[in-house]
Amino acid sequence: MHMADALISPVVGGTLWAVTAGLASYSAKKMGKDLDDAKVPLMGVLGAFVFATQMINFTIPGTGSSGHLGGGLILAILLGPYAGFLTMASILTIQALFFADGGLLALGCNIFNMGFFGCFVAYPLYKRIVGDAPTQGKLLAGAGIASIIGLQLGAFGVVLETLFSGISELPFSTFVLLMQPIHLGIGIGEGLITTAVILFIWRERPEILKKEPYSIAKGSINLKRIVVRMAIATILISSVVSWFASTNPDGLEWSIAKTSNQEELAAPEGIHSVLADWQKKIAILPDYNFKEAAEAASSSAKGEEAAAWPAVSGGTSFAGLVGSALTLLLAGVIGKSLKMAATKRS
Amino acid sequence: MIKIEAQLVNLRHLDELATGNTVIHRLNPCAKLLTTMVFIIVVTSFPKQMLAGLIPLCIFPVALVSLGDLPVSPLVRRVVLTLPFIVFIGIFNPLLDHSVAFQIGDVVISNGWISFFSILTRSILAVSAALLLVATTGMEGICAALYQIKVPKVLVIQLLFMYRYLYILLEEVGRTIQAYNLRSFEDTGIGYKAVGSLVGQLLMRTLDRAQRIYVAMRCRGFDGNIRLNRQTRVQYQDVAFAFGWSAFFIFVRMVNIPQWLGSLLTEGYR
Amino acid sequence: MSHHLVEVKDLEYTYPDNTKALCGITFRILHGESVGIVGANGAGKSTLLSHLNGILTPAAGTVRIGDYSLTKQTLRQIRRTVGMVFQDPDDQLFMPTVYDDVAFGPLNLGFLPDEIEQRVMAALETVGAAHLKNRPPYRLSGGQKRSVAIASVLAMSPDILVMDEPSSGLDPFARRKLIKLLLTFTHTKVIATHDLDLVLDLCERTIVLKDGKVLADGPTLAIFSDAALLEQGHLEKPFSMQGCPVCNSR
Repeated sequence: MHMADALISPVVGGTLWAVTAGLASYSAKKMGKDLDDAKVPLMGVLGAFVFATQMINFTIPGTGSSGHLGGGLILAILLGPYAGFLTMASILTIQALFFADGGLLALGCNIFNMGFFGCFVAYPLYKRIVGDAPTQGKLLAGAGIASIIGLQLGAFGVVLETLFSGISELPFSTFVLLMQPIHLGIGIGEGLITTAVILFIWRERPEILKKEPYSIAKGSINLKRIVVRMAIATILISSVVSWFASTNPDGLEWSIAKTSNQEELAAPEGIHSVLADWQKKIAILPDYNFKEAAEAASSSAKGEEAAAWPAVSGGTSFAGLVGSALTLLLAGVIGKSLKMAATKRS
Repeated sequence: MIKIEAQLVNLRHLDELATGNTVIHRLNPCAKLLTTMVFIIVVTSFPKQMLAGLIPLCIFPVALVSLGDLPVSPLVRRVVLTLPFIVFIGIFNPLLDHSVAFQIGDVVISNGWISFFSILTRSILAVSAALLLVATTGMEGICAALYQIKVPKVLVIQLLFMYRYLYILLEEVGRTIQAYNLRSFEDTGIGYKAVGSLVGQLLMRTLDRAQRIYVAMRCRGFDGNIRLNRQTRVQYQDVAFAFGWSAFFIFVRMVNIPQWLGSLLTEGYR
Repeated sequence: MSHHLVEVKDLEYTYPDNTKALCGITFRILHGESVGIVGANGAGKSTLLSHLNGILTPAAGTVRIGDYSLTKQTLRQIRRTVGMVFQDPDDQLFMPTVYDDVAFGPLNLGFLPDEIEQRVMAALETVGAAHLKNRPPYRLSGGQKRSVAIASVLAMSPDILVMDEPSSGLDPFARRKLIKLLLTFTHTKVIATHDLDLVLDLCERTIVLKDGKVLADGPTLAIFSDAALLEQGHLEKPFSMQGCPVCNSR
C-alpha cells in the first residue's frame, strides 16, 4: 500500500505532506503536555519491534494465504494515538529511505494513509468496541473491525491520491475494484494477527492493555477540529501549488490538443475493447472519469494557443527520442569523467 | 526467514556506504536533503506525456554516484527491485490510452506507451535520489537535517532511537523465526496458532528491554529532555551545491533539452 | 573518606509477584575497596546492585552512599556518585554515536560544551576507545561495547563503580583487557559476577549470597579456598585454583 513517487504529482504530494506535517506537530504538541519520559525509549524500541515484526510471514488458517502485522493499531494501543502516529511515521520514513518502500514525496501520503487512519480512526473505534471491560469476543471484534476499516480507508486514500495526481491512466472504478478487495483480505489477516497478539497480552500481562496512556473520552480527540483544519490546509495548499504548477496539469489534455492529426488509434479488437466494455459495465461513477472530463475540456480549448508556461515542448516526438538517446550518452560520459576526476584527486 | 537477513544486510550496507568521506559525503546534510526534494518535486511535476524532457535529470544521480564513490550494481539492483509494482500499475496506461504521439514510418507510438516509460523513468529517478541521499548522508545526517528544519524533536529522537534498535530487533526476530523454522518442518511461514505467543513474547521482551534502557537513562541523569549536541556548519560548497543543482533541475523542467538536441540533429539532415 | 562509603543495613526486597529476593542483607564497603558479589543465579546479586543507586527501593532496611541516605531527594546526587554498568551494554548505549552516549551523562548534569568534550575524550582514552567516538553502537564488537559502556559511566566521574557481569560474552583477549583496565581504577568497585577468576584477580574481598542472604563475607582467597562453603553457595573454586587438568591433581 506504499505509494511511489512515480505515480504522484507535486500538488497531491505537497498537500498531503502539509497535512501530515500538521498532524505530526499536533501530535508532538499533545505529547509534550503529558509526556511520560519513559515513553522516549519505549517509542523507539516499539517502532523497531513493529518494523521487524512486519517482516514475519504468517499463514492464515483456512485460506492458505499469508498475512502481516500492520502495526498501527498495536502501536496506538500500547502508546496512545499521538505517540503511535509519530512511531508509525518514523517506521514509514525508514522504509522509504532505506528500503525504497514508498517515495519521499509520497511519504506524506503514506504516513497519512497508514498512520492517520490507523491511530486516529481505527484505534478510537477499537476502544469504543472493547470498552472498559475487555472480553475475548470484544477484543476479537474490536481488533478485527478496526483493522479492516483502517486498511480500507487507507487503500481508498491511495486510490484518490493516485487519481488526483493524474499520472496513471487507471480509471477510478477499476482501481477501486483492484484495491479495496485486496485490502479487505489484508485487513482480515491483519485483524486476526493483531487479535492473536492482543489476546496473548491480555492473558499474560493484562495491565498493559488496561493502562490508558491518553484518554480517548469523547472530548479529547477533537476529530471535527482536525478534519476542518485539514480541509482548510488542503484547499490552501492545492490552490497555491496549482498556481505554480503547469497550466496544463493533465498531460493528456495537452497531448490531445497538440497531436498533429488528432486521431485516436482505432481501437483494435482484443484488450482495449474488452477493457472499454468492462469499464462501461462496472463504472460506479461513470462521470467521475478524468479522461472524459479532460476530453470535454480540451475539445473546447482546441482553438487556444499553447499555454503561456515556459517553452514546454508538448509531449515527446521522434526528435525527442533522438535527443534523449544523445543525452543519456552524454550523462554516461559525464559520470565516467567525474569518477576519474574523483579517484585522481584521492 | 531469509527476508529478515536480507533486510539486515541491506541496512548495514547502506549505513556502511554513508560512512564514506568524499566531497559529497562532507556536504551539509540540509543541502543534500533540500536538493533531493527539489529533484523529486521537479521529476514528479513533468506532465505524464513528457519522457524526453526527463532524461537530462539522470545526470544528478550519475554525478552523485561518481563523486560519492558509490558502488553501482547494488544500487541499480535496489532500484530495479522497485519496478515490478510500478510496471503493474503503469501498464494500464498503454492499454487504455491509444492517442497517437508520433509515427516512425509504419510504427505508431501511442501516448500510452510514452507515459508508461515516463512513469518508469520517474520511478528510477525518484528512487535513486532517495537511496543516494541515504548513501551519502546516513541516518544521523538526515536526522540532523530534519532537526535543523524544525521537525519536532520528539520525532527526530524517535527516528534515532528506532534506527539504533532496529538492528537488534531485526536480529532477535531473525533468530526467533529461525528457531521456529528449525522445528517446524514446513517452510510456509508461521502458523496461526503460534502467532499470538511468538509475537507476544517478542513484544514482552521488547517492553522489558525498553524498561531497562529507561533505567539506564535515568541512572545517567535523564530528566525527560534529550540534549542533542549537534552543530552543522553551512559552507560555500553547500550553498553552491543546493542552488546550482536546483537551478539545473528547474532549467531542465522548462527547456526540453533532448527535444532541442534531437531536432538539431534531425532537422540538420534536411 | 566518608563519601566513598557503601553501607547496607538489613536490606529486604520483595518482587511484585511476591517472591522474596533479599531477606536482610548487611555489609559495609569502605573507600577504595574492591568487592566481588558472587552467588548462584537467583541468589539476589542483580537485585542487590539495583538498590545501590536507587533503581529499586527497599521494602525494609537502609542504603547509605557516602554521606547520603538513599531517598527520593538524594537520588540525583547518589547517581552521580554511583556509576552503574549494566549486564547488557546494548541497554546502556542508546544514542546514535559513541560520543553521544558518553556525553549523555555529563550533558544531563549540566556541564558546558568544553568541559563535556574534555570529559568524553578523557573517558574514551581511559578505556582505549577514543578512535570509536563517531561509530554507532550497532557497529561495535562485544568488547568495544563493554568498554564504551564503562566510559559512558566514567564520564560522570563517579566515586563508586557498580558492575553487573562485566565479563560476560567477552572473548579472552577482551576479558583480559577489561581486567587490566579495572585494575587501574582507584574507585570503590562492587562487581557482581559468575566469573570467579575475575574476582580473584580484581577483588580482595568477596560477599557470597544465597537465597537473598549473606552466606559469607570476607577475604577472597579465604572464601575461595573453603570448598564446603562454596558448595553450599552452589559455586565451585575458580578455574585457576582448581587442579591442573593435565596432571589431574586435585
